[in-house]
Amino acid sequence: MGSFSLLRRVAGAIPSLIGVIIVTFLLSRALPGDPAVYFAGPAANAESVQQVRESLGLDKSWPEQFVRYVLDLAHGSLGNALTTGQPVLDDLVQRLPASMELTLCALLFAVVLAVPLGVLAAAKPDSLVDHLCRALVTVGAAFPTFFVALLFVYLFYYLLGWVPQPLGRLDEIYYSMPPTVTGFLLVDTLLAGDLEAFRGAAAQLVLPSISLGLFALAPIARMTRAAMLTALGSDFVRTARANGLSRRTVLFTYAFRNALLGIVNTMGMVFSFLLGSNVLIEQVFGWPGVGSYAVSAVIASDYAAVQGFILLMAVAYVLLNLAVDLVAGLIDPRVRFEG
Amino acid sequence: MSAPPLLAVEGMSLDFRTRDGRVKALDGISFEVQRGEILGIVGESGSGKSVSAYAIMDLLDDNAELGAARLDFAGADLLAGDRSALRGMRGREISMIFQSPRTALNPIRPVGKQIEDVLVRHGPVPRRQAKEKAIAALRKVRIPDPERRYDAYPFELSGGMCQRVMIAMALACEPMLLIADEPTTGLDVTTQAVILDLVRDLVDHSRMAAILITHDLGLAGEYCDRVVVMHAGHVVETAPVADLLARPAHPYSARLIAATPSSASSVDGLASIPGNLPNLLRDDLPLCRFRERCDRAIARCDSDPLPATEVAPGHLVRCWRPL
Amino acid sequence: MATTLRLRDLRYAFGENPLTAIALAIFALLVACAIVGPALVPHDPLATNSDSRLMPPSAEHWFGTDQLGRDILSRVVVAARLDLGMAVSAVLLSLAIGTTLGAIAGYRGGFIDHLIGRVFDTIMAFPLFVLAMGIVAALGNSVANIVIATVIINLPFYGRFARAEVNIRRDMAYVEAARMGGNGAARILVRHIVPNILPPMMVQASLNMGWAILNAAGLSFIGLGVRPPAAEWGIMVSEGASFIFSGEWWTFVFPGGALVLAVFCFNLLGDGLRDMIDPRRRT
Repeated sequence: MGSFSLLRRVAGAIPSLIGVIIVTFLLSRALPGDPAVYFAGPAANAESVQQVRESLGLDKSWPEQFVRYVLDLAHGSLGNALTTGQPVLDDLVQRLPASMELTLCALLFAVVLAVPLGVLAAAKPDSLVDHLCRALVTVGAAFPTFFVALLFVYLFYYLLGWVPQPLGRLDEIYYSMPPTVTGFLLVDTLLAGDLEAFRGAAAQLVLPSISLGLFALAPIARMTRAAMLTALGSDFVRTARANGLSRRTVLFTYAFRNALLGIVNTMGMVFSFLLGSNVLIEQVFGWPGVGSYAVSAVIASDYAAVQGFILLMAVAYVLLNLAVDLVAGLIDPRVRFEG
Repeated sequence: MSAPPLLAVEGMSLDFRTRDGRVKALDGISFEVQRGEILGIVGESGSGKSVSAYAIMDLLDDNAELGAARLDFAGADLLAGDRSALRGMRGREISMIFQSPRTALNPIRPVGKQIEDVLVRHGPVPRRQAKEKAIAALRKVRIPDPERRYDAYPFELSGGMCQRVMIAMALACEPMLLIADEPTTGLDVTTQAVILDLVRDLVDHSRMAAILITHDLGLAGEYCDRVVVMHAGHVVETAPVADLLARPAHPYSARLIAATPSSASSVDGLASIPGNLPNLLRDDLPLCRFRERCDRAIARCDSDPLPATEVAPGHLVRCWRPL
Repeated sequence: MATTLRLRDLRYAFGENPLTAIALAIFALLVACAIVGPALVPHDPLATNSDSRLMPPSAEHWFGTDQLGRDILSRVVVAARLDLGMAVSAVLLSLAIGTTLGAIAGYRGGFIDHLIGRVFDTIMAFPLFVLAMGIVAALGNSVANIVIATVIINLPFYGRFARAEVNIRRDMAYVEAARMGGNGAARILVRHIVPNILPPMMVQASLNMGWAILNAAGLSFIGLGVRPPAAEWGIMVSEGASFIFSGEWWTFVFPGGALVLAVFCFNLLGDGLRDMIDPRRRT
């Protein structure tokens, strides 16, 4: 049963990927005026624009251009970035670990805080925890990530001095960069046995992760609370209580595992938030990830780089949604067996 | 009645605090369950049948206010004992099964595991034996191929099969009392008979007693020994089942009997009961809550609290002008 | 007598959630800023003054001044028009377009339904802020394009909702009756179905407003859409951010605060509206 539905789920992601490729193609051709001018960049002259036009095949018909675009993608070519002069793919791959490390830490922070909060709020309605949860959800949904991040920097760096200057992943004046193995500084510093650098990298990560995570916290806590309330009010929890099962068993084995499905399903939305807000947070903290790369590319009208970034984010998002689907299948036999 | 009853409920009242006011769901109800019998509790939906059971099981929501002169089970005072002691009793000494069995089971846990949870909770049962015992429990409720069904999820089983699983779970610890709350609602007639025959059989062949809560007087007539008729949070009549069906004393019981399909010769002959249950939020509820639907009311109904009259041995009615 | 009654009604409406009353007050303030703000502000929001740069809040400049000596209070107030204007027009447009597309898909079914559904799926396959970035980058850096981008990323929410609602109602008796009365599809949709699904759609729209404001401000924060010297909360926060390390907090705190207030207000109003229209979904 399992492998068949696994395949079906993976196959289900393919239309999304095709859609993503078509949209990124259309976006690049929707550039006002002559796309070649955009791809050639602001410093280009007539000759280099013509060169770009030919190299991108912009003189061909749209279907031909599309086929060419897809073939380029198949060869892993996203074009060259004007700002760095490097292939866009190389730039992105080099900067991706920084973004992933940040996003994962933010996600971890959000889940570790939001899930217990939501569970406790649902287990004791109208208690202090419940009110705290609701307040956090309301506030968390109203604060723009970039503003929260700036407030944190002002408070914790400028006023209190608790965290290092929010510029990048590691202060290279005090610490030496570990040799790149995974690209995750927290891991690489440990692999290099450099505890000092590990601490330095962790200190740099704290504020951006929390700022980013706060935004994801609200929807997760809200969903956890709602899903737990539904589960606790359900018929099967009543049966479990009627059979005298302990409060613990009822809460965790019965209610929480069922609520988990709802929580996992909101993760798709949470990832959408995280990947989007990541751009803003990287901008605030001078984080050398793909988001800040995209922002500089947008400002420099470096379209190939922007396009590569959007494609990368969309593919990552499709894959994350696929992962969410697979996890949901692991939790819920009904999803797993559905034919 | 010489032997002390298994369950004695006396003067139990229950209010729910709601946004709109207090719902006076139960008002001074009393009944007893003897060992080895099936007691039917019959009434329209909203008459308080289910909440009475929930009160006994301590399954009420936090907005409930429960009071009773006496609530004894097997000689123990359920009101005095602390709640954790009661929780330990639930599922072991008293257990309950519900309607819509497919949603009443945990949808993402194999049914065998759910039975095991109950076994492990209530007895020193090692995990290894728990599986055998769970399979035995499934076999006891005559589920075919119990070894295979052990791993099934509720959505893979039919409604009737799920109800049997729930019964197996309820009976896993061999309780003294099984409360069945509309156990066959939503099941087809054949399955209904199979499930209720099973309950009857288990009562007849073990020390267990049962309460069958149903809106279907015909069903109660077929499977119960005695019947309690409830209306709007009052117990209006208590009688051995044959006695009740033959000589109902309360006007409401008589109407219920007339409205039951099996007793009417055709659908046209079915009488309906005029009026609705009174709104239990009201502050001016009449002393007799059937007063406003009753065509036999007399002046006394409005002035004096309801009497409890024994019209025949074991046949009690709360009415000033019984039939 | 009459006044006490009215007071009690109000207390009933807001008593359960006093936050709704607060939100309503903030809403009135914001709308006032957007409509008459430019006429009332103490200073010209664009007038620079090199003598009073980066002045902390004072009696003269309540919110202080920015790096060009512009009065921040005036800029924050004036910006309400642009920020709210972008969000309101984006939400209304996506409500209109999304409902239309969704209603057609739900009513017609078949190929058109499939096609429209696929378009919505494809939009949802992107992290939405990233898609909005891409759209603004591609269409060009302007306020109108921020609105277009926000409309596009919002479409699926309204579209899917409308589709589901129409699909349920399509075969209901009253629609069937209208069809037998010789009404065409367009007429049935406009006269009989859409009015029925509009209230929940409006709730969705008001809940969406806060998000639309955040989205537009986020885009201008990274330098898309709104261009200096225009007064807009996102870009003001972004400009003020440079002065964080020298402690000139007022440069970003006041515009950011305005943003928070606006989003907070719309989220609460959305919740209140939902409670009014659909009491079952109260939390």
